[in-house]
Amino acid sequence: MRDVRLHAGIPVKPVYGPEDVAGSDPAADVGRPGEYPFTRGIHPAMYRERLWTMRQYVGFGTPGETNARFKYLMSHGQDALNVAFDLPTQLGLDSDDPRAEGEVGRVGMAVDTLADMEEAFAGIPLDRVSVSLTINGMAAPITAMYYAVAERQGTPADRVVTTPQNDILKEFVARGTWVYPVEPSLRLVADLIEFSARRHPRSNPVSVCGYHIREAGCTTAQEMAYGLAIAAAYVELMLSRGMAVDDFAPRISFNFTCWGKIFEEVAKFRAGRRLYARMMRERFGARNPKSWMFRTLIGGGGSAFTAREPENNIVRGAYIALAAALSGAQTMALPTYDEAYTIPSAKAQLIALRTMQICAEESGAADTADPLGGSYYVEALTNAMEAEIVREMAGVEATGGIVEAVKTGAIQAEVARQAYLFEQALATGAVAKVAVNCHAGEAATESEAELELYAFDPKVAEAQVARLARVRRDRDGRAVTAALRRLTAEARGTANLMPAIVECVQAYATLGEINRAMKDVFGEHKEPVKF
Amino acid sequence: MKILIAKPGLDGHDRGAKVVAQALRDAGFEIVYTGLKRTPEEIVQEAIEEDVDVVGLSILSGAHLLLTRRVVDGLRGAGADDIDVVVGGTIPPRDVAALKDAGAAAVFPMGTALSDIVAAFGERTARS
Repeated sequence: MRDVRLHAGIPVKPVYGPEDVAGSDPAADVGRPGEYPFTRGIHPAMYRERLWTMRQYVGFGTPGETNARFKYLMSHGQDALNVAFDLPTQLGLDSDDPRAEGEVGRVGMAVDTLADMEEAFAGIPLDRVSVSLTINGMAAPITAMYYAVAERQGTPADRVVTTPQNDILKEFVARGTWVYPVEPSLRLVADLIEFSARRHPRSNPVSVCGYHIREAGCTTAQEMAYGLAIAAAYVELMLSRGMAVDDFAPRISFNFTCWGKIFEEVAKFRAGRRLYARMMRERFGARNPKSWMFRTLIGGGGSAFTAREPENNIVRGAYIALAAALSGAQTMALPTYDEAYTIPSAKAQLIALRTMQICAEESGAADTADPLGGSYYVEALTNAMEAEIVREMAGVEATGGIVEAVKTGAIQAEVARQAYLFEQALATGAVAKVAVNCHAGEAATESEAELELYAFDPKVAEAQVARLARVRRDRDGRAVTAALRRLTAEARGTANLMPAIVECVQAYATLGEINRAMKDVFGEHKEPVKF
Repeated sequence: MKILIAKPGLDGHDRGAKVVAQALRDAGFEIVYTGLKRTPEEIVQEAIEEDVDVVGLSILSGAHLLLTRRVVDGLRGAGADDIDVVVGGTIPPRDVAALKDAGAAAVFPMGTALSDIVAAFGERTARS
């Protein structure tokens, strides 16, 4: 009989029975949905009361083009947005910066000033639509712009529902859009959390991501372990500022990936919910049950998709959607079938949205809470996954904690090592990928020639640069200078920088100017290059 | 043979770069990795200072044509045109010819097997 081992290294037996869950206490460890420790989900009736939010990741070209795609998806039943920004925006470079050449509007929407955010959300009612902003190093100024747009639309501050990602620690580990060194970067994370908790109580000012770390190579158990360790680091950061845990923890949210190995993913989320609830209640003393809840976006993993025979990714996406539903996602996003090789087409995005809708409306996965609960296999696997996550978290603690491990590059090196091991497993066929390392026929090479690719238009950058020049010409230069000086001065102190950033944004200072005003004080991160 | 694995431009996805770097290291090559977000000028300078034989660019943002041209031209301008430039990442097959025209000695488009990349470096060693 063949040997089966999950990505987390857990061996799988050919059959499970009561003896495999004999050691656990069903009432204390599993409980009921909506009850501590939330193993079975954070709401009592789960999707019977409220279906998961469908939130595709969208953004490309100019704010005007992105606005049109937002409206297209909303007209087809998407109920929330998830904004992709181009790399210059994510790194705080203006569109006319020499380092932005070739990148403006390419992997997301270009934003230079408040005027761009105003155009991106024109005609989209921000008092009714919730918007995720996939922004980290520049989360503070971009979220300040978002709050300003909402204000100008007449949305009361307490009606704004936005989720800036604002998780800089995982950027150092995996995604790479860091700018400042670790400590000032963490200060900005905390400034945005604190400011939002006080002014915009319905916003979710940090979305802790295991997603990108797993996509960069780590295992399922490591994804959850590192994510929980990062969440704990942010909780400690806010406590050190004198905030009470229940003043911010209810608005912490998560962003995790999901591949197509259904039961491993389900076990990962069930174990993660249980561990988070216990950590928040027992270690941090949270009293508000909302502080105990692991609320998560489950985004399908683009790295599970293949460039070869890309239509097969539609099928992979359907299994991922099912796994995410069975895992108890609050929000779902799916990669598009063309994600392995291009910026998604409108057709591919619609198919991804339809996949989630079919899962919700036709499959029955949304009919009852935690339909896999009580399965010998799933409960045993949840326990095994929990043990593995705890072991990985202890490993991080042993190296001095997650912040230290990020600074030294120890986590980055482990993620790279795991990525290499996984690549070797693909090469040997230990991890199967249909049409790539098994059942690969001749059709494979044929279809590659037919890939439909996003035609990047260099005129996008020209238009964006011209727009930026217009904003620079029309704004009150003295107000901009004064606001930027205030920001630099406050960066030298310890005050919350958000009010100064808001002033810069309202004066139409550019993102590049705001970034420089802080970088002059904070300096730049030096990456520990280890692999 | 000594190889500089480099991440030019702004893209922060280094999974591929680090996987290839580990595979080449295991195959016996000497590897230097630049880290993220290097400018073409910084890569040219590091290639010369480290006295490498090959620069391997990893680009996933779509800006591969511009960045490859900059690195190749930079090496030529510095009189270091004996250093080969090879390119990998989310390179659509239809861009392979354009990258070679821009001066890339080899291109590893999406879906290239790791073993094929290692073999290509091995063949180059055998030639030199």
